[in-house]
Amino acid sequence: MDNDMKRAIILDNYSNPKNRGIPDSDGYIKINSNNQSCIDNIDIYVKLKEDKIEDIKFEGEACVIAISSTSILSNMLVGKSIDEAKEIIKNYFNMIEEGEYDKDMLGEANVYEDMYKQPSRKTCATLFIRGINKILDNEKE
Amino acid sequence: MNREDFTILRDSNMVYFDNGATTLKPDSVRDAILKYYNEYTSNIHRGDYENSLKVSGLYEDTRRLVKDFIGAGHSSEIVFTKGTTESLNMIAFGYFRNHLKKGDEILITEMEHASNVLPWFVLSEEIGVVVKYIPLNKNNEVSIDNLESVITNRTKVVSLAHMTNVIGDVRDIKKIARVCHNHDILFVVDAAQSVAHEYINVTDMDVDFLAFSGHKMYGPTGIGVLYGKFDLLKEMKPLNYGGGMNAIFNKDGYIELKDVPDRLEAGTPNIEGVLGLSECIRYINKIGLEKIRNYERSLKDYLIDKLKKLDFIKIYNKTNKGSIVAFNIEGVFSQDTAIYLDKYKICVRAGNHCAKMTKDIFDVANTVRVSLSFYNTKEEIDLLINVLKNSKNIWEEIL
Ligand SMILES: Cc1ncc(COP(=O)(O)O)c(C=O)c1O
Repeated sequence: MDNDMKRAIILDNYSNPKNRGIPDSDGYIKINSNNQSCIDNIDIYVKLKEDKIEDIKFEGEACVIAISSTSILSNMLVGKSIDEAKEIIKNYFNMIEEGEYDKDMLGEANVYEDMYKQPSRKTCATLFIRGINKILDNEKE
Repeated sequence: MNREDFTILRDSNMVYFDNGATTLKPDSVRDAILKYYNEYTSNIHRGDYENSLKVSGLYEDTRRLVKDFIGAGHSSEIVFTKGTTESLNMIAFGYFRNHLKKGDEILITEMEHASNVLPWFVLSEEIGVVVKYIPLNKNNEVSIDNLESVITNRTKVVSLAHMTNVIGDVRDIKKIARVCHNHDILFVVDAAQSVAHEYINVTDMDVDFLAFSGHKMYGPTGIGVLYGKFDLLKEMKPLNYGGGMNAIFNKDGYIELKDVPDRLEAGTPNIEGVLGLSECIRYINKIGLEKIRNYERSLKDYLIDKLKKLDFIKIYNKTNKGSIVAFNIEGVFSQDTAIYLDKYKICVRAGNHCAKMTKDIFDVANTVRVSLSFYNTKEEIDLLINVLKNSKNIWEEIL
């Protein structure tokens, strides 16, 4: 993917984020995710059904990287089983942290493949998955 | 003006618009600190040799300089601290913890800095005092009417920033103090943002406690001041015990403390900080606060005028008096704007500026903040405006 393409995907997800909004029905688990050093701050709402992520919503104020990655990743995770979701999250973390990862598993989220070059923005790119990881970990226990 | 006094300004083409966070330091402040280490390093109040006597003298001279700078009645009303945060904590936990009781009310605003909010929250947990908010008027300022509307016969403390760090509004301290004292309320003033930009005279304003930091007034970090009226300071319980603050102690546990202010400065103090503070006050006095204030206000008006002409900029404080401007580029998160401006070496602050309750006041929690100082120029503002004008490119630049 070239840079123009990446930028277009990021901006599209920033201007029209998927899954943004506070859910209007019950049954969601809510968690807040924020970056202590910067100012991103979102609430994440997850609806689980048996072992599956049925829906995700989020609301809050955050930067272009945090909002777009929340949009892209939340969209990828809806419909997945908890185990599948955790696998995607693990691969995404590894990509951001320059570890080994399976590119094919990450789809649009590959737009952040160079994020490791900007250490200060890693926390923005992981705002969503750090939050949702906590919810999924709790479910497993 | 006076840019030549700052190595950092001479040596780089950085545009420094984050003076609300900390100011740059003139060479004279650096030199005063170096001189202490190069020529007369020693502890204070301990040695009978020349350097120690000299430094002890300079240390106490600084107290007098601070006293005059803020118009206090006596230099024993000046306590050196680490900064505004420590001063405000000492006021809350050293004084009010022992002078308030359950149900007593403390008035602040939603615009206060964390250091003027959290100590009161903790006090509320600890002893059951109640923290209440003075409603802000439509310019997000404190009016006397609004203050009076929330005073009850249980109100014991009003604690306000002189100038807020979010929108830079300047509160009428003298008038507020009069209202407080008419109701037997003690008035605490957080002067962190105002001390280098606005004229302060604690005697004329009649404030009970005042707090500020050296690093926001062209001085070093790690040094600040707590002012308290003598009768109040006398009643303040030290939060630290150790050397330099006790007169006598015996094996059986008997302690006799020194007088104020020494008893409130346990341990070896930040001597280089005090000497740096002394120099920055001299520096400000040399230029003159009146001149600084007039210049900064004219810069601020210039900036607001220019920003107003950009229809994609939302300004949050068009009319407030201080040297701070808060704005956002429409559709762009403040941090992204800050990262974009940094590409042009323009330093601004993005965020909620430690005043996390402002979300309930503006429609957004986070803004871009330009906080001006006398060394900023119209040319720097023109550069900012130009970069903002080109901000259509922001995503190409930061993504
Ligand atoms: C209004 C206000 N109060 C208090 C403080 C805290 O000052 P310090 O961090 O120097 O203790 C600040 C600093 O940002 C401030 O702007």
